[in-house]
Amino acid sequence: MKLKEIVEKLNLEVATPASDLDRDVSGGYASDLLSDVMANSREGNVWVTMQIHQNIIAVASLKELAGIVVVNGRKPEQKVLAKAEQENIPVMLTGLQAFEIAGRLCELGIRGNTK
Amino acid sequence: MTEDRSFTKIQELTYELRVRDAMVADVITVRPKQAIHDLRDMMRDKGFSGSPVVDKGKVVGLISIEDFIKCLAQGEMDVLIEQKMTRDPVTLYADEPLVHAVKKFDQYGFGRFPVIERNGRKLVGILTKGDIIKCLLKKLEVEYHEEEIHRYRASHIFEDIVADKTNLVLRYDITGKDFDRAGQAASELKKALHRLGIQPEIVRRIAIAAFEAEINIIVFTDGGQLSISVCSERITITASDSGPGIADIEQAMQPSFSTAPDWIREMGFGAGMGLCNIKNCTDEMNLVSEVGKGTTLEAVVYLNGKS
Repeated sequence: MKLKEIVEKLNLEVATPASDLDRDVSGGYASDLLSDVMANSREGNVWVTMQIHQNIIAVASLKELAGIVVVNGRKPEQKVLAKAEQENIPVMLTGLQAFEIAGRLCELGIRGNTK
Repeated sequence: MTEDRSFTKIQELTYELRVRDAMVADVITVRPKQAIHDLRDMMRDKGFSGSPVVDKGKVVGLISIEDFIKCLAQGEMDVLIEQKMTRDPVTLYADEPLVHAVKKFDQYGFGRFPVIERNGRKLVGILTKGDIIKCLLKKLEVEYHEEEIHRYRASHIFEDIVADKTNLVLRYDITGKDFDRAGQAASELKKALHRLGIQPEIVRRIAIAAFEAEINIIVFTDGGQLSISVCSERITITASDSGPGIADIEQAMQPSFSTAPDWIREMGFGAGMGLCNIKNCTDEMNLVSEVGKGTTLEAVVYLNGKS
């Protein structure tokens, strides 16, 4: 499934309009620990987190993730979003909690990674 | 995948390029008091399909071939242009990013926009969709060519430079507690390895190890160095600092063991997984540390399987 379909179906707010949403999502990963994401996320994953610090962009870029969904109505600072656009990492916002958004992603057919 | 990337690249370019870069500067204009029949010769001789109407240097309207055809059909060839033109047309500023122009084409469905200066509103050019495409293609070609040259030069470094042993060392200085730049060295290094033509899978492993080593220096020390040494058979990452040292390395290597303070954990760091990650994604790892003196971490990834 393309990221833009997920954005539409889950009504996510795209905080980085310049980023490319026309990319395939390989699966999902939910975590707030950066090292955990570095270790266990896969290329093309959509990452669900409540972290809003600049380093989420570095992690997503290094791991070539499809995008970041920031939960609980949190919003990264403008400089973080600017960095995200520069690295072409879509950052999407939702008022929902991580558990809820992960459930809805699963309903759309987005699964966690299997070993 | 390739298609996705080029789409991204084009989007990026539309933000980078300005309307000025794509517009045609040599604009044929008409005056409001000219008669419609004046357009006939101009359209025939110069082969254009529409023109800004300019009065005292300012754009006051736009007259198109469609307007002309309507007048022709109704026998109104002697009417003044100002009576038939579209008044106060939508314009673009020369310094606007091209993406604004793309949006306006979508929004209004017009064939062309006059381009004006932000200060003084003087007409400086005209922009059609075709101009945008031409400009993007040209820019893509230039960039593609540049990247090819970079990548070619870089990936042949080990073949072109003849020596008994060639070793390329890249060093990055890391500032302690500088969380805003955390991950930057790892990103730079990843790009460099990619250009050197290293297999993507290996680049990914090195990037993870380098990121974790970089974060450790930022979180726990006042600064240090991250260096990477590339030779034909292996890549070695070395992270060194002069500060505070690790008391019990065996304990530090335990998954989830962390000495990071709460404020660092709140940013998502200090999960106690960094060293494990480095160990898991490299072929060899060695950690030497002395409390009060500093720590040196060395990790190796073999390029052609473990030797």
